[in-house]
Amino acid sequence: MVTRAVPSRDELLAVLDQVKDPEVPVVSVVELGIVRDAVATETGVEVTITPTYSGCPAMREIESDIRDALAEHGLGPVEIRVVYSPAWTTDWIGAAAKEKLEAYGIAPPGVVQRDELVSLERRARRVRCPFCKSLNTERKSEFGSTACKSIWFCRSCRQPFEEFKAI
Amino acid sequence: MSSPAFFEYLLRLGDDRLVLGHRLSEWCGHGPILEEDIAVANIALDLIGEASLLLKLAASVEGKGRDEDALAYLRDAIEFRNSLIVELPKGDFGFTIVRQFLFSVYSMLQMDALQKSVNADLSGVAAKALKETRYHVRHSAQWVVTLGAGTAESHQRVQQSLDDLWRYTGELFIADDVDRQVAASGEGVDPSTLEGAWRGQVLSVLDRAGLRVPDAGYMQQGGRAGRHTEHLGHMLSEMQILARSHPGASW
Repeated sequence: MVTRAVPSRDELLAVLDQVKDPEVPVVSVVELGIVRDAVATETGVEVTITPTYSGCPAMREIESDIRDALAEHGLGPVEIRVVYSPAWTTDWIGAAAKEKLEAYGIAPPGVVQRDELVSLERRARRVRCPFCKSLNTERKSEFGSTACKSIWFCRSCRQPFEEFKAI
Repeated sequence: MSSPAFFEYLLRLGDDRLVLGHRLSEWCGHGPILEEDIAVANIALDLIGEASLLLKLAASVEGKGRDEDALAYLRDAIEFRNSLIVELPKGDFGFTIVRQFLFSVYSMLQMDALQKSVNADLSGVAAKALKETRYHVRHSAQWVVTLGAGTAESHQRVQQSLDDLWRYTGELFIADDVDRQVAASGEGVDPSTLEGAWRGQVLSVLDRAGLRVPDAGYMQQGGRAGRHTEHLGHMLSEMQILARSHPGASW
């Protein structure tokens, strides 16, 4: 009888790194910081994830994609644990993933601003157009096609584009 | 840890967001401009997501085998614990914006304080909701200023909405035995402690918008005890019909 070697955390994360975000299919759920941990247990695999936004409708799909990816590698059964603390932040997205976002046409998130509780204006932040790289852009709305994105317009190439919101 | 008071307190938190989220979702497809349609639907999604987490926690604290869906879809109006302000019909866009503003500032202060809850689940949900609520406050505050300092008609409409809504704000800060118990245990926050900061933040934006602060007068209350306006029942009949007509349906 062949006994399987217990997969290491790195091996599990490498498998999960193939699971792309359903809305932004160029970055993985590991790169986005949604997957917080993965460990082999006596009975299977336990994956810890954290949602991006409380009402993000992609979370259910992400859970099922995680199960499928691990099953393809003969790993499982999978126990998914959802944690809310520490709260997800775009500061967890690394430089390589930010480059992928920009190449895909989504301006990557800036550094999270620790605002006063109520401030009407955000401190002016320049967002670079992912298409022509101009800084001559304006924000049209803080809310976009998904909870994690805002809508911008580039005055140079006259293209609308989305920004991954810093949160 | 699982006290009846904490369950009741979580219902209040969850129901406020569920009912307001549903009211806001009524704008989907009817927003004044495309960007606002999207913005308002996004905020509704955040609120319903927060409600789902809070009601899930409430269900586990209750420990009677109900889940968040049972709490959302299978309770009658008299069992809802939301404040009255969130259940009022959506009105015009100005009314919706003024209500969002008044509630979002309240919610932001509440979630900020609840980050320190001794209940780790609640503090985690609060930390997450706080980030979202900051966006909601900024969005609604900008609109209050835009409409208040806009045309004569936009000014008149938001002033009227503010006057109509003001009498429902007092309820948000009333502390009863439930609030005092969860504040004493460190699980929750006594809402009366939030009023000063709320007033300060709200008045500074109203001032910028050139809006008159309504006189303090009679304040409506009753939602926390299940005494609701006629509007909640009508809203629930629409919100709950699918789940009640097809028990256990999944899609």
